[in-house]
Amino acid sequence: MSDMEETEGTEGPGVPVAPHRVIGTPPPSPRLLGSTAVAEHREPATAAGEDEEEVVGVPHNVGLPPDDPKMVLHGKRAERVVAACFTLAFFAGCAFIAAYVGIGVGTVDKTLRSNLGLGSTLAATLLLLGAGALIWVRHLMPNVELTEERHELRSDEKDRQAFQEVFKEGTGYSQFVKRPLIRRTLMLGTLPLLAAPIVLLRDTGPKPGTSLRNTVWSPGRRLLVYGTNQPITPADFSAPGSMISIVPEGYEENDDQLTKAAVILIKFRPGELDIPTRTQGGTLVGTMNWTVDNIVAYSKICTHVGCPVALYEQTTHHILCPCHQSTFDAAKGAEVIFGPAPRPLPQLPLTTDSSGYLVAKSDFTQPVGPSFWERG
Amino acid sequence: MSDTDFDVPKALSGTGGWLDDRFHGARGLRVLMRKVFPDHWTFMLGEIALWSFVILLLTGTFLSLFFIPSMTQVTYHGSYVKLDGIKMSEAYQSTLNITFDVRGGLLIRQIHHWAADLFMAALIIHMLRVFFTGAYRKPREINWLIGVGLFTLGLLEGLFGYSLPDDQLSGAGLRIFEGALQGIPIVGTYLAFFLFGGPFPGHDIVPRMYIIHVLLIPGILLALISAHLFIMFHQKHTQMPGKGNTEKNVNGQPFYPYFMAKGGAWFFFIFGALVLLATFATINPVWLYGPYSPVAISSASQPDFYMGILEGSLRVMPAWEINFLGHTLSLSVLIPFALPLTIVLGGAALWPFFEQWATGDRSPHNINDRPRNAPVRTATGVAAMTFYGVLWAEGANDVIADKLQVPLYTITWIARVMVFVGPALGYIITKRICLGLQRKDAQELLHGYESGIIRQLPNGEFIEVHQAVNEERRAVLEAKPVPALLPGPGAADANGIPAPSSRGLLGRARGVANRAFAETIPLETNGHGDVDHGNGHAVESGEEHAAVGAAPSGSGHGQLPAGDAAEEEPREGG
Repeated sequence: MSDMEETEGTEGPGVPVAPHRVIGTPPPSPRLLGSTAVAEHREPATAAGEDEEEVVGVPHNVGLPPDDPKMVLHGKRAERVVAACFTLAFFAGCAFIAAYVGIGVGTVDKTLRSNLGLGSTLAATLLLLGAGALIWVRHLMPNVELTEERHELRSDEKDRQAFQEVFKEGTGYSQFVKRPLIRRTLMLGTLPLLAAPIVLLRDTGPKPGTSLRNTVWSPGRRLLVYGTNQPITPADFSAPGSMISIVPEGYEENDDQLTKAAVILIKFRPGELDIPTRTQGGTLVGTMNWTVDNIVAYSKICTHVGCPVALYEQTTHHILCPCHQSTFDAAKGAEVIFGPAPRPLPQLPLTTDSSGYLVAKSDFTQPVGPSFWERG
Repeated sequence: MSDTDFDVPKALSGTGGWLDDRFHGARGLRVLMRKVFPDHWTFMLGEIALWSFVILLLTGTFLSLFFIPSMTQVTYHGSYVKLDGIKMSEAYQSTLNITFDVRGGLLIRQIHHWAADLFMAALIIHMLRVFFTGAYRKPREINWLIGVGLFTLGLLEGLFGYSLPDDQLSGAGLRIFEGALQGIPIVGTYLAFFLFGGPFPGHDIVPRMYIIHVLLIPGILLALISAHLFIMFHQKHTQMPGKGNTEKNVNGQPFYPYFMAKGGAWFFFIFGALVLLATFATINPVWLYGPYSPVAISSASQPDFYMGILEGSLRVMPAWEINFLGHTLSLSVLIPFALPLTIVLGGAALWPFFEQWATGDRSPHNINDRPRNAPVRTATGVAAMTFYGVLWAEGANDVIADKLQVPLYTITWIARVMVFVGPALGYIITKRICLGLQRKDAQELLHGYESGIIRQLPNGEFIEVHQAVNEERRAVLEAKPVPALLPGPGAADANGIPAPSSRGLLGRARGVANRAFAETIPLETNGHGDVDHGNGHAVESGEEHAAVGAAPSGSGHGQLPAGDAAEEEPREGG
């Protein structure tokens, strides 16, 4: 490429040229193609028989003539480099197949080795092919530039007129305008067909009904610790400041139900817990009476878009949803203190059964999870 | 030996003849082979998206041979012993099998994921190039709209694709998607139940997403991409301003062999780069996330980057919910879910038509604008980028807070402010920069560029010699469009009748917009700005004027005759 720049540096007489290019000033010609000398030959040629052709330019070489000794030497070197690229690509491709055959998978270590072997050989093959092709086109193919004429995209008036006439003629034959009864009944006839695809989608799922309003929690249903699925007594959960996840007994692995019924259980020191008694539309939705031994249960499903709230900070009693950072104050009935959640986490009424295990006193008294149109 | 001094092999010419007998293709193909493609590095950006799409089809086909789109629960006893005995869906199990039991499975899966990210990234950068150079203008508005459609579909395609493995991370993402669907007024709950086949997560969503991901959306994408390329081909590519480039021609290299070879090489480079990424950079290690459970979540969960704007919008939004007549309007979900993307994508779709309306320019354009020569467009683009960028970054506010040790809520509050202030600042600053660059261009055209050559005059004064720009540069500088002024707001003719176009509220708005679009630094002036700015700049550059005037050149622009220049040594060089 250095050859090119040299030729372009010497422009025609009368054009002042700096002796050296100073850093920060523009190069003599920012474009590789089209030096002044060549540009003069750039008028579109109208060779005989090509009058309707799209391409009207003549190809012209830019730079040194191809039989210049410098170019011949340059070409030979480039040829060797391109051939080397393609040859190496062949070997890398063979190595890829060898890696496929030779390196097994089945454990993490083997998989990683296989990935490394397959990936590096495949990348080498592809990059070498690309490099070869690029050097080929840049250094061996003569630097040709063509000029193509653009025609106006708008058809000329004559053609537009002719089109309009043909269209009118055809429409006239069809009687579409003349017989409105056919036109209107045709439109009427296709209408139901347009609605059909939407109607057909009806059976993709049941109607929501009231299923978003209640969960599987019911009076006396035991709280099981998520993971071990064991019931828990207030005495088992005596370390203040801890938080655990709870699933309802009988639905430990029912994802459809857990999406609504997952619960977090938090233990407080005496006196820390201060849940205001709140009602919503006449229904009690939060009270100290639903706690047992300074243990409170909240829905784990964020009231924003339904992520499980999972981060609990002991010192501040903040529950944080890791998805969009809605923050709830666990000590104050899970009221929202930051973020996009519009409502506190619903509180699950707690009590203990005859065996001393923590159970639900009832279902949640309000819908859990994200808002929906019918929620009210 | 001449380059064309060889015989075409019989087999090739024979086949060609056989085909031509049946298709009459010689003439059409000859034109096609000499089809001219202008060259500029930014014209390769769309090609990145194209080749990524091809790679996505190839790798996706491979994956579909092994992936089982089923939510049936199974107990895992495969090669990845850390999850042995864990209950999971067949979709997740088959993803583990692709990763650990299929040779090349991990590699192809990672190429597929990286290619999806590259596809979206390339689309974004390609669209920015098209926007900032005004390449969407008449006659290319439809191709621009197709591009906006491709990007929108790409978002959905990506979301459904990375949700297929049914892992913990993507499951949480799906839950958010479902929660957002529920937030849609009136039909939201039904939409969610119909899409998921009942309550979340149900057993239908993976197979449904699968068929949408592998057939429906790719089919539409393929059709749109074909249309996009065909239209580009038919209308001929735009070209950058430069010497010999006019509205009536296309200068460049012919399709065969130049563009073909370069395009092919580019395909291999992109494929090679993606394979390198897939080999050395882990992406979406689903085996570490575990199968989906609605009870579990991990912190610092981020979606793929192109969904970041939605994630950030959800995070930046304060709580806002309206209850009325027994219904809930969940604005803290609805607004972030719908508004930002509507602003960005809807705005992009409408922009070409808004610009035509405001500028009154309905002529076709085949030469691209330099961004500085369209200050309002460029500033609007930067404002949109700032808006998008703030929300995008807010999508990772927890990571930013952690890395910078700044409180999380502070980051969110900064984003809440910046989402409004940032675009305004971006607009104002960009417009100033554009006009400044225009001023510099006008200066350069009139006085030449600073050559870096310092010359001492007989009176001892030092000047820097200015040299005339070369022809190529001059062509670029002179390719500046002259905006047309419409009748201004309240403009009236001699009889006091307001111009028809400026009547009414809309007409006034158009007048105001037109004034903004028409603000420009004309090339014909002395190069120091228009009347409003003239004084300040004249003082500023007075010194330079003196220097230029004192240069011993007949032209008065400080240009040296070639001989003189040869004797001078640049200071920096010595």
